[in-house]
Amino acid sequence: MPRLSADARHTIRIDVNGRSLEGEAEPRMLLTDFLRQKLGLTGTHVGCEHGVCGACTVQIDGAPARACLTLAVQADGASIRTVEGLAPEPGRLSVLQEAFRRHHALQCGFCTPGILMSLDWYLTQTPDPDEAQLREFLSGHICRCTGYVPIVAAALDAAKRLRDA
Amino acid sequence: MKPAPFDYLRAATLAEAHDVLAAEGSDAAVIAGGQTLVPLLSMRMARPKVVLDIMHVEELGGIRLVGDAVRAGASVRQAELLAWRDLAARQPLLAQALPWVGHAQTRARGTVCGSIALADPSAELPLCLLALGGEVILSSKAGRRTVTADDFFTGLMSTARNDNELIEAVSFPCARAGEGFAFREFARRHGDFAIVACAAVARDKGVTLAIGGVADRPVVRDFDGASDDALHAFASELDARDDLHATAGYRRMLVCKLGAQTIAEAQQCRG
Repeated sequence: MPRLSADARHTIRIDVNGRSLEGEAEPRMLLTDFLRQKLGLTGTHVGCEHGVCGACTVQIDGAPARACLTLAVQADGASIRTVEGLAPEPGRLSVLQEAFRRHHALQCGFCTPGILMSLDWYLTQTPDPDEAQLREFLSGHICRCTGYVPIVAAALDAAKRLRDA
Repeated sequence: MKPAPFDYLRAATLAEAHDVLAAEGSDAAVIAGGQTLVPLLSMRMARPKVVLDIMHVEELGGIRLVGDAVRAGASVRQAELLAWRDLAARQPLLAQALPWVGHAQTRARGTVCGSIALADPSAELPLCLLALGGEVILSSKAGRRTVTADDFFTGLMSTARNDNELIEAVSFPCARAGEGFAFREFARRHGDFAIVACAAVARDKGVTLAIGGVADRPVVRDFDGASDDALHAFASELDARDDLHATAGYRRMLVCKLGAQTIAEAQQCRG
């Protein structure tokens, strides 16, 4: 069993948004910092760094998770989706992103990448959520700008458009 | 916040994990989902020399029925147990309590055994294990032993696990005919740690009530019925404390009110 020593950097390979990427990380490096600093994917935001605010939420192996509660070495070999992977092509937004724009579901935008990654997954699990379900689900995210009302509206709108599509 | 440096080892077999723990002892921290350990590392409340990852040990996976109990291996994530199709039939208390464990985003990574291992006094899974009279299966190079939940939780985030031991699995007794279960929790937001959490198991004679979030570890008490006086006496005996979220008096009041509701619901659910 290889021992990854504390004071050296080790090659981490992860599949990010469908591309196989690698970078070097010390064992103590968090996945948030690895994505941002080593892979240049700065869409994943760093807020509280202890799993409370939800800004760093990404999808790991198909389920939403806090990147700040995961070590980069733990994610070696995993498949990760970040906010950069949501848009279907450059210049086009996903249905969920478009709904956020339409409903002004963001102001400063700091919490938005995490909320998008959570909702993107949630709407595949619960295609027809009601407002109460959405509000309970969003309790894993802190937004200080919107008061959540436009976020819920955007999620309901996106859910409907995805169902109708 | 960045963790202090540590070596990282990813065990592939149970024997490898045992070897690391035998060699490193208290210098090693076991990581599974990491949902509690990683913030402790980041805040430098934990400074292990070695972090041992057990999520790739095949022997530690899977949910099985062993005897009359649901056994979850050390790498079983909370979301996996919640999604287990037999859960509501085999142990309704877990089916009711698991949605309260953190958020979907932490349940996707956090493990059942990890929550037991950390023994946070307001965590839901230690509360359920105690209410049900479950067991923790520990193993080391020297062998395997089974410890009752009551003996396992020794105090505030402390357990009977020795430094050279690994939690291999936890075992929750299945529901038996004539039992009813209920779980209730009061927290600031859904997914926050409980200010007070209650789990009740009703039987034809009496009811077991377990309370989390108040004392250093969850407290279990058997009641003949749900008399307000008995609950009030129980609440006043609890070692409740003031903190940022609630006063000791408020917590005791919650124990009385929420406890009575939980007991009543468990009695109604008796099949």
